[in-house]
Amino acid sequence: MKHTISVIVENKPGVLSRVAGLFARRGFNIESLAVGITEDPSVSRMTIVAEGDEKDLEQITKQLYKLIDTLKVFDLPPEKAVERELILIKVAANEKNRQEITQIADIFRGKIVDVAENSMTIEITGDESKVKGAEKLLTKFGIKELVRTGKIALQRGSAE
Amino acid sequence: MEISGAEALLECLKNEGVEIIFGYPGGVVLPLYDVLYREKGIKHILVRHEQGAAHAADGYARATGKVGVCLATSGPGATNLVTGIATAYMDSIPMIAITGQVATPLLGKDSFQEADITGITIPIVKHNYLIKNVKDLPRIVKEAFYIARSGRPGPVVIDIPKDVFTGKIKFSYPDKAEIKSYKPNLKGHPKQISLAAKEISQAKKPVMYVGGGAISSNASSEVKQLAEKCNIPVTMTMMGLGAFPGTHELSLGMLGMHGAAYANYAVTDCDLLIAVGARFDDRVTGHIPKFAPKARIIHIDVDPAEIGKNVRVDIPIVGDVKNVLKELIEKVAPKEKHIDWITQIEEWKKKYPLSYKKEDGLKPQFIIEEFQKLVQGKESIIVSEVGQNQMWTAQYYKFDKPRTWISSGGLGTMGFGLPAANGAQFGKPDAIVANFAGDGSIQMNIQELTTAVNNRLPIKIFVLDNCFLGMVRQWQELIYERHYSHTNLCNNPDLVKVAEAYGAAARRVEKAEDVRAALEWSLTIKDRPVLIDFMIAKEENVFPFVPPGQAINEMIID
Repeated sequence: MKHTISVIVENKPGVLSRVAGLFARRGFNIESLAVGITEDPSVSRMTIVAEGDEKDLEQITKQLYKLIDTLKVFDLPPEKAVERELILIKVAANEKNRQEITQIADIFRGKIVDVAENSMTIEITGDESKVKGAEKLLTKFGIKELVRTGKIALQRGSAE
Repeated sequence: MEISGAEALLECLKNEGVEIIFGYPGGVVLPLYDVLYREKGIKHILVRHEQGAAHAADGYARATGKVGVCLATSGPGATNLVTGIATAYMDSIPMIAITGQVATPLLGKDSFQEADITGITIPIVKHNYLIKNVKDLPRIVKEAFYIARSGRPGPVVIDIPKDVFTGKIKFSYPDKAEIKSYKPNLKGHPKQISLAAKEISQAKKPVMYVGGGAISSNASSEVKQLAEKCNIPVTMTMMGLGAFPGTHELSLGMLGMHGAAYANYAVTDCDLLIAVGARFDDRVTGHIPKFAPKARIIHIDVDPAEIGKNVRVDIPIVGDVKNVLKELIEKVAPKEKHIDWITQIEEWKKKYPLSYKKEDGLKPQFIIEEFQKLVQGKESIIVSEVGQNQMWTAQYYKFDKPRTWISSGGLGTMGFGLPAANGAQFGKPDAIVANFAGDGSIQMNIQELTTAVNNRLPIKIFVLDNCFLGMVRQWQELIYERHYSHTNLCNNPDLVKVAEAYGAAARRVEKAEDVRAALEWSLTIKDRPVLIDFMIAKEENVFPFVPPGQAINEMIID
């Protein structure tokens, strides 16, 4: 089962390497990882998507707490969280299909962020299913390059 | 007045009560060694290989309960500490490893003798630091010592660039380490303790399973009180030996792969297993589904991550073992002997005692028993290397006190014993310190004999010499059809001559009748190390033996 884990850590050099290394060492695959500072610049938040059962999740949570720089760890089940991911997709484009690509981007409330003679780059933000849907529809034009931020998530309503 | 980072470091160490450090100089730590040259308050012991420094600091920590400190230069000096740091990490030993680093402007440039030691040691430390600004030095050292010795102890590396040693600060040492993200939970939850007390009062076949955590939390007297108050038989892991007296009638000795048969039978049959500062290591549990299959399990540990890591636990109690046991002892009702259970265990003890055949050559078990008879009643610390020497000593030496048995458990580091014995002897100068070694492992840090000779340490090294890498040979005999692939060490050097060349006293013993006199002789030598090369029966095995992957009651007894 896939889990989204929020890890609040001290914003210090090397923390990312400690956290990422811990996942690898204990045998948990990281599917995506997004990290950045929070409202408090001395604190960073990592959003990690990883695969594992409940027992795995419990063990990785405890192991994360053992890192001296870890302040808080919590699981974010989809029903209790707002989740977003941002992707940039560069698709092959020409005069004929530019219109169609723009329409697809509009449907997904995406933005055209770059247009060139042979390509268009679209920015799409949303949860996993939306982003996947857009990617699927754009595939037929030929995806030249794609980059994703990895999922970020926050608990719904008041924290805790 | 401003002082240098190197001077500040020594002030910090003195503030932490450090009396001795084990180290080896090199380029980037020159500023620190220059300050050590004048230093009176801290003794620096020059080892002959940095691995020896780490193991010596570790042995010192295990013998005394204090934090051990080792010191090495950057690059190869630091990487040579790695095995010693990992050894301390696996056995939760409080240690500070100070490494020199290239000056900050040279960091990340593949400079001469540069190694990313904080990166390298992440998986084997409780925490590590690279000090980039001399102003942070006192705070970091304070934090490092606090982290190393609190909660579940462990090693902490402090990496210090050369220009931090030479930088200047106005020195003041903080009274307290304030780390908002590190607050070990030491007090057990009262509700969980009450639940445990209830389970104990209802159990008909209880067993206590005691690990190294009971020793690091100095909880031996509490272990004994609980065992005696409720008449609970006690088995120990290799790391837990000495936490409960091995000669006590409730002692079952060691359990697991080379545990006593009666200990393994008791665990397999018990209805309540009380794990105290133990971590259900695979060498203890064997095949997990068949480990204590009939038992409810209470698990007391200061590290929450150990709870449920390897086995399911019915009543977890996170807290310092000593604190938790104290409260548990108050809450449990005293119990008479569980007559049927104790009788059953007595029967197992009679039927399947630890035993060996006294004939067919010189037997290692006999040497260990003879030595124990000789030092009975004297303060003594027994150290081992890793392999058969370690298991025979763990089985046949009856440890009655904590911190009298020093051995690399989790990592199983050959070459640990000799430098650890040195460290233990520095920590306990009046104790008789003996290292039971093998002819393989003794050569892995043999250079540390120099450290012992130079410091007139009267450590005893008893090599149980079978001209084999014995434990591996045993596995080859029992599991790999006697294919003795690369385990024959018959072309070893003459260890007596080697020891004498280093300046130690040494002799060889080949017959059982000479054992007593040789051991007595070793005790008369007080101004230098002694090595006795005991030529033991070549293919003597360690039994019982639970083949890997088997249940612990499915052992080969002889």
